[in-house]
Amino acid sequence: MSELYINQGIELRNSQREIHHFRLRLAVSSGLVVFMFFVLFLRFFYLQVIQHEHYSTLAEANRISIAPIVPNRGIIVDRHGVVLAHNYSAYTLEITPSKIDDMDELIDRLAGVVEITPRDRRRFKKLLEESKSFESLPIRNRLSDEEIARFAANRYRFPGVDINARLFRQYPQGELFSHVVGHIGRINQRELEQLETDGNDTNYRGTEYIGKVGLEQSYEKYLHGTTGVAEVEVDAGGRAVRTLSRTPPVSGNNIVLNLDAGLQETVYRAFGDFRGALVAIDPTNGGVLAFVSKPGFDPNLFVDGIDPQNWKDLNESIDRPMVNRALAGTYPPGSTFKPFMALAALTYGKRRPEQAIHDPGFYNFGNHVFRDDKVGGHGGVDMYKSIVVSCDTYYYMLANDLGIDNIANFMQLFGFGSRSGIDLTGESAGILPSQAWKRRRFRTPEQQKWYAGETISIGIGQGYNSYTPLQLAQAIATLANDGVMYRPHVVNFIEDIVTRKRSMVEPQPLRSIELKPEHLKTVKDALIGVNVEGTGARAFAGASYVSAGKTGTAQVIAIKQGEKYVASRVAERHRDHALFVAYAPADAPKIAVAVLVENAGFGAAAAAPIVRKVLDYYLLGKKATPVTTEELNANTTAR
Amino acid sequence: MPIPRLVRRLSATLTAHIDAQLLIAMLLLMGVSLLAIFSGSNQSVGRVSSQLVNITVALAVMYLFAYVSPNFLLRIALPLYLSGVVLLICVALFGDIVNGARRWLHVGVTRIQPSEIMKIAVPLMLAWYFDRYEATLKLKNYLIATALLMLPVALIVRQPDLGTAVLIVAAGGYVLFLAGLSWRIIIGLAVAGCASLPLLWSAMHDYQRQRILTLIDPTQDPLGSGYHTIQSTIAVGSGGFFGKGWLQGTQTHLDFIPERTTDFIFAVFAEEFGLLGNMVLLFLFLLVIGRGMVITANAPTLFTRLFGGALTLTFFTYAFVNMGMVSGILPVVGVPLPLVSYGGTSLVTICLGMGILMSIQTHKKLVQS
Repeated sequence: MSELYINQGIELRNSQREIHHFRLRLAVSSGLVVFMFFVLFLRFFYLQVIQHEHYSTLAEANRISIAPIVPNRGIIVDRHGVVLAHNYSAYTLEITPSKIDDMDELIDRLAGVVEITPRDRRRFKKLLEESKSFESLPIRNRLSDEEIARFAANRYRFPGVDINARLFRQYPQGELFSHVVGHIGRINQRELEQLETDGNDTNYRGTEYIGKVGLEQSYEKYLHGTTGVAEVEVDAGGRAVRTLSRTPPVSGNNIVLNLDAGLQETVYRAFGDFRGALVAIDPTNGGVLAFVSKPGFDPNLFVDGIDPQNWKDLNESIDRPMVNRALAGTYPPGSTFKPFMALAALTYGKRRPEQAIHDPGFYNFGNHVFRDDKVGGHGGVDMYKSIVVSCDTYYYMLANDLGIDNIANFMQLFGFGSRSGIDLTGESAGILPSQAWKRRRFRTPEQQKWYAGETISIGIGQGYNSYTPLQLAQAIATLANDGVMYRPHVVNFIEDIVTRKRSMVEPQPLRSIELKPEHLKTVKDALIGVNVEGTGARAFAGASYVSAGKTGTAQVIAIKQGEKYVASRVAERHRDHALFVAYAPADAPKIAVAVLVENAGFGAAAAAPIVRKVLDYYLLGKKATPVTTEELNANTTAR
Repeated sequence: MPIPRLVRRLSATLTAHIDAQLLIAMLLLMGVSLLAIFSGSNQSVGRVSSQLVNITVALAVMYLFAYVSPNFLLRIALPLYLSGVVLLICVALFGDIVNGARRWLHVGVTRIQPSEIMKIAVPLMLAWYFDRYEATLKLKNYLIATALLMLPVALIVRQPDLGTAVLIVAAGGYVLFLAGLSWRIIIGLAVAGCASLPLLWSAMHDYQRQRILTLIDPTQDPLGSGYHTIQSTIAVGSGGFFGKGWLQGTQTHLDFIPERTTDFIFAVFAEEFGLLGNMVLLFLFLLVIGRGMVITANAPTLFTRLFGGALTLTFFTYAFVNMGMVSGILPVVGVPLPLVSYGGTSLVTICLGMGILMSIQTHKKLVQS
């Protein structure tokens, strides 16, 4: 058609040359167009065919996120099913630090939508310092419905902030079980490394908490459960859009304890304001019935990171509430050591039961005078009387006759000086003195030498002797059980939440000590005598069951704690510790108890009444009241 | 007159200035647009119907301009250009700042972006200018034409709106090229251009430099400026040969692609329809461009030839720059995919250009007489 115009010469200025020139340019342009589109095609071909695999993988990785599903942690109940640790679900407001530029500014803005207290801020700061920046951290827990609604409406203003539903650990009994059930806390760097070393880190993906102390720690692998996996499709904001596949988590196993919450509470109340520890064991199987270290603390404070103020208060308290006295505190056993000494004497043939000594009220050894508590002495003392009145002179002499290594060898059988193997971590071994121990303990030959004089006070449970209340409880339980020793265990059985299968925590005896029945009878009769006519008689007056017991007093040598000098307090803390070991019923023991009352001051007076209340509760179901001053004063003479 | 003849006559009159070939190719591209917008908007019927309204308006504009004689365009070229420049100056003085760039001007109740007008006004002005001095084209004329081009471009670069500036330079450049700018000068300019790159670099804003650096290595800033390129490239690549299927694009539906219905709509299309779909799309664009070329080649006057050629090549440039950007061979500039991206402004501008092409094709006789 165009030729038509030219031929007709309609456009005069359009010479054929010009048109030709223009069309050439147009052709060049067209060529350019085709070439450029070909470049695009090559690019598409490269991306969509050659590199297709690569980009497919990237797209899948983009959209699919493997999200761990954290299992529900097993719950912990006492022997009667009273809940000691459980989980509840609540909403938290969480911040992902890596997505935030100005944290303070963000929190200020957030505070306009939900309430954020200074305590929340401090706690969050602490979490922030301890955590990896890509995980989201709670700034507020337990949001109210109203707060959730208010945040949801404002969510667009807060990228990097989300509401999450989470399970929280709760300890409904508060401080009552703080030292035995323990608590969980956020996983720290060291624990993370440990998990990696053990190859458990994959199972802990998504888990933020781990048992820190107590049963929560020692039964961690049973309580935690198996983490599930969800393949979720996420959008560019990282929010889950839908679930593609799901391997459900397996909840952690429930743990049923031997502990009796009522008994535990009884112990707690019986202690009143005293500090100390009590361990009650079922002698027939080693099950721990009560396990108290006073003062305790509220384990709930630790679950989501304790705030610095509370931490400071607990950590710097003069009462040292964080120390598990029953498990890790070691004390001289005092006179509670005597029944075992008596048994050793009989076993080694160093004394006969009826063989009496004369107690003038002191015992001379070398240049040193070892005094009896009773001025003027107890007069003629046989084995029975030595235990009932707690005669020191009898045992000074006996210790000298037995010699340190015989004592050590015998005491070792009852678990003195070695860890009981209870299902809690952090146990102290205590000190069972012997020549070998002294060689290990000290450096210079001078120090390493055992002096015969050192043996004397060992006989009355002083000197180097130092044991945990738990060891005392295990020893008295073993004695009650005629020398058959069980490993103490807090947990009765572990219940698989799916199959309901129960795995018992060993009712197997640890060892059986070879003791002559008549020897046992002698000592046990004397222990009954203590509660009938001896040092424990007042505390056990009118009891409807027959019990066996032994009082003890441990001298406080020095102030070990680096506490401030406060005259009234320090004086109080110089006072002796009161101890009592007991079991009942005497003929077929169902419970063996060891109690230590720190700085109780009035000899064993404070300790025996506590045990009376414990036995009353356990055997008769009586509720306890705190030890009264009258009860204390009534027993001031007892040693 | 029998009714059928009347109808036929009427319909002939109504369609007299419509180029069927061009229209069909355009409608096919608009069909692609609706499919991709539906998918990219997460199946929002509202988005699609609002694009349908845009299409209707744009087609009406096209229809209108198809009926307007090129002579009318010749008459308005100068006033349009001058008012455009004045508006750009106003923008520089009183414009609104949006996203750090001063591009918008308040006119009564609405805001306008004068740089959009210049996409048409600049090539129109240059075509008018060359047409006017057709008989005596000297180097001087090319220099003046270049100045006419660079004045608005400088104002737009200052806003800053590099993408639009580049497109206007391209449009004006096409006119200069088609008007017969000597090859020697073209090559000389190309060399000079390369030589002045460092100068250009230093004149750039940081975000503009970042875009270019990101193009070279998008992974250096995967969550920042490289994000768009990386995600759109993944979308295109993961589409494969056959695509993931309509509405099945994971990159699309999970928000990984930014601006999914506007500037990055090609990523949606390429992910869901694959290389096969891309070839169809390239073919449709080639149909439009090819038809534009044919119309231009047969245009009766220098003005219509230059303007028609510029319109056609600008259309190509839009398509190429957009697809190049989405597939990661060009920096991210705000250029929509012509006829496909969601949005009224660009659609109306493009259809206006198409209407002018149709007008050029169908007004030869009028020019004759």
